[in-house]
Amino acid sequence: MIQTVISENLPVDERLIIKKNSIGTKGGKRVCIVTGIHGDELEGQYVCYELMRRLKKDIHQLKGLVELYPALNPLGVDSVSRAIPTFDLDMNRIFPGNPDGHMIEYVAHRIIEDLAGADLVIDIHSSNIYLYEIPQARVSKTFADKLMPIVQMLNLDFIWVHDAATVLESTIAHSLNSIGTPTVVVEMGIGMKITKEYGDKLVDGIINVLDKFGMWGGDLPVRIHKPIVSTIGDVCFINANYSGVIINTIPNLTRVSKGDVLCQIVSSLTGDVLENVEAPVDGLLFTMRSYPIVYEGSLLARIFYENNPV
Amino acid sequence: MKQCDIFTMKSPFRDDYRIPGFYFGNGDKTVAIVGAMRGNEVQQLFICSQLVKNLIALEGEGKINPNVGILVIPTVNPYSLNIHKRFWAMDNTDINRMFPGYDQGETTQRIAAALFETVKGYEYGIQLSSYYLNGNFVPHVRVMDTGYQDIESAESFGLPFVYEYEPRPYDTTLLNYNWQIFETKAFSVYGGSTDVINKDLAKQTWTGILRFLHAKGIIDKPMHGGMVPFRLKNDKLSTVVSRQSGILYPRCDIAQNVKKGDLLAEVLSPYMGETLDSIYSPVTGTVFFAHHTPLIHQHSRIFQIVEYIE
Repeated sequence: MIQTVISENLPVDERLIIKKNSIGTKGGKRVCIVTGIHGDELEGQYVCYELMRRLKKDIHQLKGLVELYPALNPLGVDSVSRAIPTFDLDMNRIFPGNPDGHMIEYVAHRIIEDLAGADLVIDIHSSNIYLYEIPQARVSKTFADKLMPIVQMLNLDFIWVHDAATVLESTIAHSLNSIGTPTVVVEMGIGMKITKEYGDKLVDGIINVLDKFGMWGGDLPVRIHKPIVSTIGDVCFINANYSGVIINTIPNLTRVSKGDVLCQIVSSLTGDVLENVEAPVDGLLFTMRSYPIVYEGSLLARIFYENNPV
Repeated sequence: MKQCDIFTMKSPFRDDYRIPGFYFGNGDKTVAIVGAMRGNEVQQLFICSQLVKNLIALEGEGKINPNVGILVIPTVNPYSLNIHKRFWAMDNTDINRMFPGYDQGETTQRIAAALFETVKGYEYGIQLSSYYLNGNFVPHVRVMDTGYQDIESAESFGLPFVYEYEPRPYDTTLLNYNWQIFETKAFSVYGGSTDVINKDLAKQTWTGILRFLHAKGIIDKPMHGGMVPFRLKNDKLSTVVSRQSGILYPRCDIAQNVKKGDLLAEVLSPYMGETLDSIYSPVTGTVFFAHHTPLIHQHSRIFQIVEYIE
């Protein structure tokens, strides 16, 4: 059933409409999938489509309620704008919102109200237009004890348990977790694109979660991947030392060895190689720069490495 | 006056990125003034340019205390000013959400780190700030309640209001928050407008800053004492939110005294011009902020009124 969660007047003959599609029955558990907070992150669109397709196909096997919110920032998604158009604000920095605040704060408040009480919320992101990410969950240490058992079921490659940062307290995930609604952040792929392989993988993971929650009696994925968890090691950030153009030399996100050349920073004006960017450690390359123009400091890659590898 | 670049960086194709600093006096770090950090902060750039002009004249007259050190940085972000883009030219990140910065991090983290390293340790820090909504404020000084705030000094600007507020989670990455944490007495000065130059409000603002410098013995420039500021906290601010969307037709402006029930604005139909809503003041007070966007969303914050100011 398609429902309108938010309907706010825009100035000229249009409404800001946020919709959700609910499938299943009330009274049992409720799992919500949200995406499109950043208008340039589209990987979640395929996940919503494919999950709904599979659930509708075997609807009689679903016990409980699954709700899909494909576009929390519909103006952004429809206008290729990462932020909320007209405000240039990151929507994921205004939660939990304010019922008496400006429209965007009011909308954020209403979204939290609608999601509150779910047994699980999965907030799907796809990096940005610059960086490619393997399917991963980002979990704040503050909520790790509660969320780790769930994220391990999601068929992801990597779980990054990170320190609590005050600035992240204004995200939808923090706001929901703070009121007792378990919320998992998934990052995968890259902005402005859909990576079907990653989407299929996550949908398998969500079906697996529904099964473990006792909400699914249908076919199950053949295999659920066991993720690497960052708590057994550390994350190494690799930033550009020169401004220029990058030429990627590692075709896929994969395991790399210390000394492997990840990319080159070159000058298209002089024809010189400015920097051979090498992996400083052995480990899992889970983030890689895709957008070719870089400044000094631009993030090029992230590698997870184990502290005491066997 | 000594001019030197506090940070430079190569760009792939543009001219070098430079943050210029203008130093006055021969003493220790007394006051640092930071102007436009975002590419739309034209009023803030203009105010700083007038400060530099005034300080050069005062220096020529021997009226800058030789035992002080003054640093004025008119802009941190000429790259974005030159292309009329609010945030960082490449990735749209906000330098003022990157403090205290990280010199091995991403580009805007490096810029923030370089700036903070330069302005850290000053006794006083003044930032010309702006708001995310289009509109004008009565020139005022804002101080975050971090436990290190200096309200008495904020009053010596002689501007109409001193606004003390609790920092929100996402404020912890602002320059002024970090200045205060590192024991600089920090003030955010709102110069009325942002992306257009309002000469009267600008002059009121730079005169207020010169008044502050005189009050602190930094310059010798006797002048009118300004206003006795009204101390303001959130509980004294009444926010007026639009019930309808459409064309905003204001009936009052900032600094205007209004009585409860006075007409503040009308919202007009974008097609047929009739009045959809008349917006009246909910309190007696002074208009502190007025939204200037001609097309208004439903639930938009269009006025803020300080109560009980006649």
